Amino acid sequence: MEDALLIDAAERYLRGEMSIQEKEFFEEMRKNNAELDQLVVEKIFFLNELDKYSETKHFIHLLNETSSKLTEQGIIEKNAVKGRAKVVFLWNKYKKTIAVAASIAGIVSIIGGILTSVFNNNKINNIKPLVEKIKEQDNKYKSLEKKIGQLNTGNISNKPKAESKFRATGFLVDVNNNLIVTNAHVLNEAKNQLFIEDNKGNQFIAKPVFVNNENDLAILQITDEDFKKYLPAPFGIKKNVAELGEQIFTLGYPKQEIVYNEGYVSAKNGYQMDTVFYQISATANEGNSGSPVINKNGDLIGVVSSRETNSEGVVFVIKSSFIQKAINDLKQSSELTNIRITTNPSLRGSDRVSQVKKVQDYIFMIKGN
Amino acid sequence: MNLSEEEKQLLVGLANKDNQIIELIYKENYSMITNLVINNNGSSDDAADIFQEGMIVLFEKSKQPGFELHCQLKTYLYSVCRRLWLKKLQQQKKGGVKIEDIEQVISVEEDIELHERNQVNFTIMENAMSKIGEPCKSLLEAYYIHKKPMHQIADEFSYTNADNAKTQKYKCLVRLKKLFFAQYKNG
Repeated sequence: MEDALLIDAAERYLRGEMSIQEKEFFEEMRKNNAELDQLVVEKIFFLNELDKYSETKHFIHLLNETSSKLTEQGIIEKNAVKGRAKVVFLWNKYKKTIAVAASIAGIVSIIGGILTSVFNNNKINNIKPLVEKIKEQDNKYKSLEKKIGQLNTGNISNKPKAESKFRATGFLVDVNNNLIVTNAHVLNEAKNQLFIEDNKGNQFIAKPVFVNNENDLAILQITDEDFKKYLPAPFGIKKNVAELGEQIFTLGYPKQEIVYNEGYVSAKNGYQMDTVFYQISATANEGNSGSPVINKNGDLIGVVSSRETNSEGVVFVIKSSFIQKAINDLKQSSELTNIRITTNPSLRGSDRVSQVKKVQDYIFMIKGN
Repeated sequence: MNLSEEEKQLLVGLANKDNQIIELIYKENYSMITNLVINNNGSSDDAADIFQEGMIVLFEKSKQPGFELHCQLKTYLYSVCRRLWLKKLQQQKKGGVKIEDIEQVISVEEDIELHERNQVNFTIMENAMSKIGEPCKSLLEAYYIHKKPMHQIADEFSYTNADNAKTQKYKCLVRLKKLFFAQYKNG
């Protein structure tokens, strides 16, 4: 049964608006179909919550009316309110809920470590409350990383590891110049050093060669001599627009280990209809900034940039056409004329497990301090 | 202590959102709460907020099936507002304030806890509402909060008939439900 029909049925059932036959039929259906029953239970819970909300909302409305009326009549005194516009008065009444609502509407950029972003100030304000929490988390990660580092010192590279203030994700797109794509907002965190780290803990110095804050894209070049040559990337960059409902997967570093996630394209535009982004339904956490989003053909459809603060699974992804554009711009404006992007992805036709296996070596942590 | 008939009626009226009863409770208690808050580090704005929240707690209480108030309404409201204000002071790190009581105080911890739980879901719903966009928000508010009949809503929102408005309402409801659970299951 369709969701809307079911919610209609649940509502009429709750309000006793069903005929006896319909009610019997409905109850019978619930009894025989546990799955359906679960859905009904969920809807009933929701409708009850909505009722409670509506009641309280209406009551607050009445309280405000009463309070305004009595204040006007001079029966109750409200010094601070007197002479002020009613809007201000209502604002004060509601400011608490409004503030929460506003912060919910905000979006959070997904980068482990301290949060700042290329987003405008308004949005930064909205994400402020999260900052401290993530700092704490970051410190926990750090101490954990240190411990892990101590345990494995034998295996990891001989170079002393640089301390990192943050962690994000990036991926190798060109092997002639060792170019890595990530988010522009990630670079704001690297005041001194910028480096990438592979899944074995080896670190390589990198420098930004292209930054577009508007589209939140950056391209880094690995300048470290120790970086060994890779084969061309197994994924291509999708030229046309991804389809709604298209299955996708992401790989990134929300923790000190590569993490796989899957989902689908849920909207063709991003936060507040921003056309630079898609919205995907998938899990993404701090550290996922810069993660590639790849479809089943092995085409890169975008780069993870941010997510809605309080809605799990609402993730915004920079469209691949902007990545292609960034690469073209870089080609024209620099000496890096031999950039080559894979056009015939070797991922095509493989199953998901082998796709992931092939891709994961091309994905790096972006770190710095 | 048994409540007088008059007080019982006040509570029934409150549960039914009777305008006159609300006004009466306002008139009889507002200055008491203002005194409480202003004499303890608060502004008159704070007092208005606290009074409103106290009224909501009382309203929630009055709607509970078979509820009883074991003290005067005035005492209850004072105790609730006092507790709410103390909490607020603690949040603002103005803690350690000792309130000079001007009224008798009873324990209202359980009611406040219930209220806080309600408040969490209320805020989640409020956020979901703020995110569904127009015309959904206004449509659902018209139907659920202001209890307008469907044909009137169809008129106001220029739907051809009540059935169309109803279909639209269910679509909006499904979206609201998704937004609500997205956060509810998260929290």
